[in-house]
Amino acid sequence: MMMYSAIVEQPIDVPAILGRVSRSANGATVLFLGMVRDMNEGRDVTGIEYTAYRSMAERELATIVEEAAALADSGDIAAEHRLGELGVGDCSVAVAVGHPHRGRAFEAARYVIEELKQRVPIWKREHYVDGTREWVAANNAAPSALVDAGGDR
Amino acid sequence: MTVTVLLFASYADAVGCSTIELDLEAGATVQDVVEHVREMGDPTRLPPAPMVAVNEQYASRDRELRPGDEVALIPPVAGG
Repeated sequence: MMMYSAIVEQPIDVPAILGRVSRSANGATVLFLGMVRDMNEGRDVTGIEYTAYRSMAERELATIVEEAAALADSGDIAAEHRLGELGVGDCSVAVAVGHPHRGRAFEAARYVIEELKQRVPIWKREHYVDGTREWVAANNAAPSALVDAGGDR
Repeated sequence: MTVTVLLFASYADAVGCSTIELDLEAGATVQDVVEHVREMGDPTRLPPAPMVAVNEQYASRDRELRPGDEVALIPPVAGG
């Protein structure tokens, strides 16, 4: 099976991502794209700036893709997250899974994006119509259970 | 011993820089680093128990540090 992950600065090449998981054994392909939307919590957004702890983000994303591959048992998985200044409508993240069967493909794609949002050290600062910018609060509560459990991961 | 502390996003803003070289006593832990850094910046913007990574892996606050470790204070992540 093919596993690919990357943190990139250039626009995400969606057809190339799909190509990475395309194989004659795969009867299903699931593609998830995260896009910059024009509003968040009632404020008009003009763009988002993404930053990362890049070396760790690469490692963590690669680990998540491996975990998803174990979950899916076969098939191919590709994930890319973009950094830098993005405008409304730009694609910030892409996850593609090719698999013989759709159930596992959906499951693996969902796993990658949900874990990415909880674990990969990436942050975003929204730019608003009035010229202000703010770091966006967490996607969820800090996964403190992971730390309190005492384990490095 | 010296460790390198990395700050990102809102935590970098709270302290006013993104990299700090910290001199610590032997046996110092992640928690000691957090306390030092909070004293350097605006403690209202740096929580007492942030997520922390040591050498690019999430670590617990009682983790003992070694010379040269890279300690990153990780604000709530917001990728996607």
